[in-house]
Amino acid sequence: MKPAPFEYHAPASIGEACSLIGSLEDAKVLAGGQSLIPLLNFRLARPAHLVDINRIANFDRIYERDGGIAVGALARQADVEDSQLVARVCPLLAAATRLVAHRVIRNRGTVCGNLAHADPASELPAVLLALGGHVVAHSARGSRIIPAADFFTSVMQTRLASDELLTEAWFPKSTGRFGIAEESRRHGDFALAGAVRYGDRLALFGVAPTPVLADPRDPARGLQPSADLEATAEFRLHLVQVVTERVFPQ
Amino acid sequence: MKINGTSYPAPGDPRRLLSDHIRHDVGLTGTHVGCEHGVCGCCTVLLDGAPVRVCLMLAVQAEGHEITTIEGLAAPGEALHPVQQAFHECHGLQCGFCTPGFVMSVVGLLRQNPSPTPEQVDEGISGNLCRCTGYASIRRAVHRAAELTKP
Ligand SMILES: Cc1cc2nc3c(=O)[nH]c(=O)nc-3n(C[C@@H](O)[C@H](O)[C@H](O)COP(=O)(O)OP(=O)(O)OC[C@H]3O[C@@H](n4cnc5c(N)ncnc54)[C@H](O)[C@@H]3O)c2cc1C
Ligand code: FES
Ligand code: FES
Repeated sequence: MKPAPFEYHAPASIGEACSLIGSLEDAKVLAGGQSLIPLLNFRLARPAHLVDINRIANFDRIYERDGGIAVGALARQADVEDSQLVARVCPLLAAATRLVAHRVIRNRGTVCGNLAHADPASELPAVLLALGGHVVAHSARGSRIIPAADFFTSVMQTRLASDELLTEAWFPKSTGRFGIAEESRRHGDFALAGAVRYGDRLALFGVAPTPVLADPRDPARGLQPSADLEATAEFRLHLVQVVTERVFPQ
Repeated sequence: MKINGTSYPAPGDPRRLLSDHIRHDVGLTGTHVGCEHGVCGCCTVLLDGAPVRVCLMLAVQAEGHEITTIEGLAAPGEALHPVQQAFHECHGLQCGFCTPGFVMSVVGLLRQNPSPTPEQVDEGISGNLCRCTGYASIRRAVHRAAELTKP
């Protein structure tokens, strides 16, 4: 067996899922598994309990709410990418989703799982931030809305409490001028640096512990990107200029 | 769960990956395992008709679903599936390690888009790694498969 031992739960409703994650010690939610299962296989994550939300009915809805698009926790990235509604109301979300990994991975991976995972190099958290969207968190205590600007707190850290399930992400209607650009070593890899534009708003990803809003005229100001095997900090700062120019063409 | 039309019980241990279940418990070793973290694409099969990586699923999650592996594309002795035929004709394989994953991904790609452009073909196979054939003949095989699939 690759993963370390865990107890497996497959709740049939949101209420049941919330009461499980609220009462079990050291539980993790399993959505598309495209980030969590690699961590289990490497034993980098060793949760005592896995709460698989894939058996919850009607949790994969993509629908219009408050003029924008609501994406349920089980809506796969591929469904969002193909959705006529998303193409019409929030084309930036469709364009950004196509840059996440590969189609075969997007057939399982969810938009909400991607946001909850909060990888600093992920495209979708930057889209949520650039558009000023929010997520809905549910627990046995009730439900609350967390705006994008408050949600991402650090590398793979969010405001979600350990008893909270992310039930839905909401992206405002955004039919204005948009762009997304990223540079990565190979197609489908996580970005070394990326930029999302909506109107005059610019959000950067891959260059800070969370996605950040930046000034399009001076996007690198105040940034201290980390260095790794794939890129030095200076190279990332250079890429910030490059991707910003690409989403704000002269 | 049904694998290539036959029902199999889910394994008792929830830690069993679907890839290991298909290979070790069911004995269908055509599905290959390379990286076991979603990067190489070798383990791609169809889940309810759409390609997925089985190293990133628990076997218990497949309960109630239909899986098609490379063995399920064409029965022994029968004509090859058009995608298999195209890989054969275009020399889309050398050692064959990556081939089942490529074939299943391409079956999925052509179902989603029967007439892909060259860019869409490249995009469609970008999630699969081949370490020996080289992608030129694989790319040719995908275009040939699209031709063969046309009614
Ligand atoms: C080869 C490869 C390349 C990739 N490339 C990219 C890329 O370029 N860009 C990118 O952004 N991502 C990339 N990813 C990751 C992306 O595919 C994942 O889909 C996504 O990050 C996680 O979504 P998921 O539904 O699979 O979540 P899971 O893997 O199931 O969960 C991820 C985390 O979020 C938590 N979680 C999930 N859903 C909820 C919920 N509803 N409520 C509370 N917590 C929840 C889980 O507990 C876990 O901690 C890549 C993955 C692979 C394997
Ligand atoms: S073995 Fe599953 S993607 Fe490599
Ligand atoms: S044919 Fe050998 S790895 Fe692709």
